[in-house]
Amino acid sequence: MAIMKATRDAYGETLVELGKENPHIVVLDADLSASTKTNGFAKAFPKRFVQMGIAEQDLMGTAAGLALAGKIPFASTFAMFATGRTYDQIRNSIAYAGVNVKIAATHAGVTVGEDGGSHQMIEDIALMRVIPGMTVIVPADFIEATAAVKAASAFEGPVYLRLGRGAWPVIFPENYNFQLGKAALVQDGDAATVIACGVMVGKAQEAAKLLADFGIKIRVLNMATIKPVDKEAILKAAKETGAIVTAEEHNVIGGLGSAVSEVLGEGWPVPFERVGIQDVFGRSGSPDELLEHFGLTAKTVADAVKRVIERKK
Amino acid sequence: MAGCKQHTPEALAEKAKVLRKHVISMLGEAGSGHPGGSLSAADIMAVLYWHELRLDVETPHWPGRDRFVLSKGHAAPILYACLAEKGYFPVEDLASLRKIDSHLQGHPDMRQTPGVEASTGSLGQGLSIANGMALAGKMDNADYRVYALLGDGELQEGMVWEAAMTSAHYSLDNLAAIVDYNRLQIDGTVQDVMGLKGVAERFRSFGWAVVEIDGHDITQILAALDLARGTKGRPTAVVAHTVKGKGVSFMEDQVGWHGQAPNAEQVQVALGELAGGKE
Repeated sequence: MAIMKATRDAYGETLVELGKENPHIVVLDADLSASTKTNGFAKAFPKRFVQMGIAEQDLMGTAAGLALAGKIPFASTFAMFATGRTYDQIRNSIAYAGVNVKIAATHAGVTVGEDGGSHQMIEDIALMRVIPGMTVIVPADFIEATAAVKAASAFEGPVYLRLGRGAWPVIFPENYNFQLGKAALVQDGDAATVIACGVMVGKAQEAAKLLADFGIKIRVLNMATIKPVDKEAILKAAKETGAIVTAEEHNVIGGLGSAVSEVLGEGWPVPFERVGIQDVFGRSGSPDELLEHFGLTAKTVADAVKRVIERKK
Repeated sequence: MAGCKQHTPEALAEKAKVLRKHVISMLGEAGSGHPGGSLSAADIMAVLYWHELRLDVETPHWPGRDRFVLSKGHAAPILYACLAEKGYFPVEDLASLRKIDSHLQGHPDMRQTPGVEASTGSLGQGLSIANGMALAGKMDNADYRVYALLGDGELQEGMVWEAAMTSAHYSLDNLAAIVDYNRLQIDGTVQDVMGLKGVAERFRSFGWAVVEIDGHDITQILAALDLARGTKGRPTAVVAHTVKGKGVSFMEDQVGWHGQAPNAEQVQVALGELAGGKE
């Protein structure tokens, strides 16, 4: 059994670490610091923590102002409120101005669980991806989230970090070398490629095991940086494996699947399928029940792989 | 470099007149833009840029500078007029407002225009940005001050009141918000569009120090900013009662001149009035 850890915990712990190294880092939260895990930073560096109350638009605007005065602000709340309620603030006060704000949104996707559809953000990657100049990162596990938070901090410009609530399997080794804008090869194969992000990377690994039982060896790519997307890795996978499936805990419209299909459509069309939320809202349930309910499982991914391989013929 | 506090009120009034002329000329050249809310803010802007703000034009990003955020971004022409007159870019650039190859965008773009501190235009966001700057100043024990100019119609944006809570909650006495209360917005009077009675009381109830002034009386503007600078422990709101289109008779208090540029003939009449010292 793999070790299970949440990416939001990686975020909270890494913030404290970064806070010790870099006095310019400040953290803002909108009354959710216990859940987003920014409370560790708040305790360690109370003067550099700004509690904004339940006011997400002001959260983003204030973060922009702090950045304009030389700070490196991490603005946190749930993905629903961090992107839906604040689109204009992120678009105009942060991205249009090219301001160095890091938006670290937790509780993304349906793995929020019981809180239900109102809190299950499945459009955030799409919303952030269409903003010019925005970098979008979706870490797959605790290790990658730790590295991604550090990379975001070192990067000059607006970044959207998508983090999860639940404990997911730890996939990468401690010495994992995260590279912003680069896909990571999780395992190699030539029958087809699954390009996944977030919680679905683990599912893609499981799918690869299921398929291996049928003698099908697939490549699994972890596409943590959805923007700028690693075109080279996508085209290479298309050319070398001839079929692609994407897997994401997000609406199939506008997210990773769309980003990959754009590259394939323009560069090297191959049989292709998107595993994700099929353009419907979430609902209450346990995270595992919801992943099952919305078809975000190893079996769904494996079935999609079989279909695209079939279409290669 | 400290603000040029040697200017007399008369000199500041003259400066405001120069700014107004630029606004008219720019908008005439551009063929579109927002004269009403630019002219209403001219006296406030003249006092800010030629008396209050501690700036170094030679070092625009000097960390110790005072910051000005034009939350009512559609009044960009008056800001550009100030920045050009201060020397951030050549005055001749003003004629390029809103043109395809210009650094003077329809609404302020800090990435294109030297001296612009924040990109604004989508109303309601400037006070939050100013708060962030003021918070950073507090964290760094810096002594710079932050000023935001808001429109009265803009106060209908809920985000302004989120920000107003934050300014007071964090005792941002290094911040002043000036409301250009010109009583008009695009669809009519502010009162008719979405009633906004008691703006001063609203800010006061949020924990702000508040001063109400005639936004065209230089002496009152100077006094209000002095008061703001001397206020400790809370932010100051200056509710400046103004006349939209101030200084150009046919634009004054006219809803239609919110977002319409004068034609060539109207430009001449307006410039004539401003040159003649007509109030």
